[in-house]
Amino acid sequence: MAKRESSFTNMVVTLVLVTGIAAAALGFVYDFTKGPIEVAKLKAQTEAIKTVLPEFDELGESMVLSPGEGQDSLEFFPAYKNGELVGTAIKTYTKSGFSGFISIMAGIDKDGNFSGYSVLEHAETPGLGSKMDVWFSNPEKPNQYVIGKNPETTKFSVSKDGGDIDAITASTISSRAFLDALNRAYSTYKDNKTTGDSGQ
Amino acid sequence: MNQWKNFSKGFLKENPVFVLLLGMCPTLGVTSSAINGLGMGLATTFVLLMSNIVVSLVKSAIPEKVRIPAFIVIIATFVTIVQLTMQAFVPALYKSLGLFIPLIVVNCIVLGRAEAFASKNNVGSSAIDGLGIGLGFTFALVLLGGIREILGSGKIFNITIYPENYVTLVFVLAPGAFIVLGYLIALINRMKKN
Repeated sequence: MAKRESSFTNMVVTLVLVTGIAAAALGFVYDFTKGPIEVAKLKAQTEAIKTVLPEFDELGESMVLSPGEGQDSLEFFPAYKNGELVGTAIKTYTKSGFSGFISIMAGIDKDGNFSGYSVLEHAETPGLGSKMDVWFSNPEKPNQYVIGKNPETTKFSVSKDGGDIDAITASTISSRAFLDALNRAYSTYKDNKTTGDSGQ
Repeated sequence: MNQWKNFSKGFLKENPVFVLLLGMCPTLGVTSSAINGLGMGLATTFVLLMSNIVVSLVKSAIPEKVRIPAFIVIIATFVTIVQLTMQAFVPALYKSLGLFIPLIVVNCIVLGRAEAFASKNNVGSSAIDGLGIGLGFTFALVLLGGIREILGSGKIFNITIYPENYVTLVFVLAPGAFIVLGYLIALINRMKKN
């Protein structure tokens, strides 16, 4: 079959057809995968909440709270056991990672101590900054362990900056970013606690 | 052309990474581990296979002057399908490759094969060509990712080979990708000479 001539009508008709069919195909796939994507995201989120908080049996209504003027808001998930608040999971973030955005689920128990964290999304260097998911939760290294600590009594910045937490070896920037995310979670948590609208 | 030759040329003779030096951006970007290389390679293979088939099917209906935009739309459609499917069914892999999947669209290998092969050959040969080049690309990425992972983090496919204290960190960083790639290309050129 000979090639179609590159006349104006031919070109316009071809491009309209090609893009139209592509759009229809994408619409179909989008529709088909929308459900599973939501389920996968929700599952990842629920699992992260479970790992960062003490045992709970009921998750309260999530709240969206702003950490301050002009900053993206954080999502709060209060968790209850037998109707009593056991802790709050906070989906926090930082934009100062070595490769930009990092999203972290941080848990704060009812006494205001960090009960755990889980890195949801990051693009840090493998073998360096990416170690943040285990580095700060290693109970054998108390100087880099953040769990059970409270930013009121422990200075949440890297030791190089005069803080109390040891940075990941050769990844000070990623470590600063990590602590920035935790501090953002804690200060938002505290602000909303003192004004009395946290909890139920 | 002999179909076996058509298929196997992607591995050595016309390997997109080692010989044609196409698609360097994802090659250097994702190969910090073998599993990332494998995922990226297979995603690209799927896109290559499908776009080669479709392009060779519609080649005579597309006027010469608009063929590149038409090919790009076809390729982009398949890339988006891969992206949505991965996000839905293998979220863990999507998490580690997420950024690089949309970049398959601008990967010169895919457009290169559409333009240089699929638009001139029949569906069967084009499909085999896409599969061969795609798997050759996968092979190159896994090799590169595997070497970098072993040297840079002491693991292969996340299985620890030797303790982390002895690793040479530079290999998982960007310069390591260039170094390993350079040596591999030198080695392959040497092999091809004999």
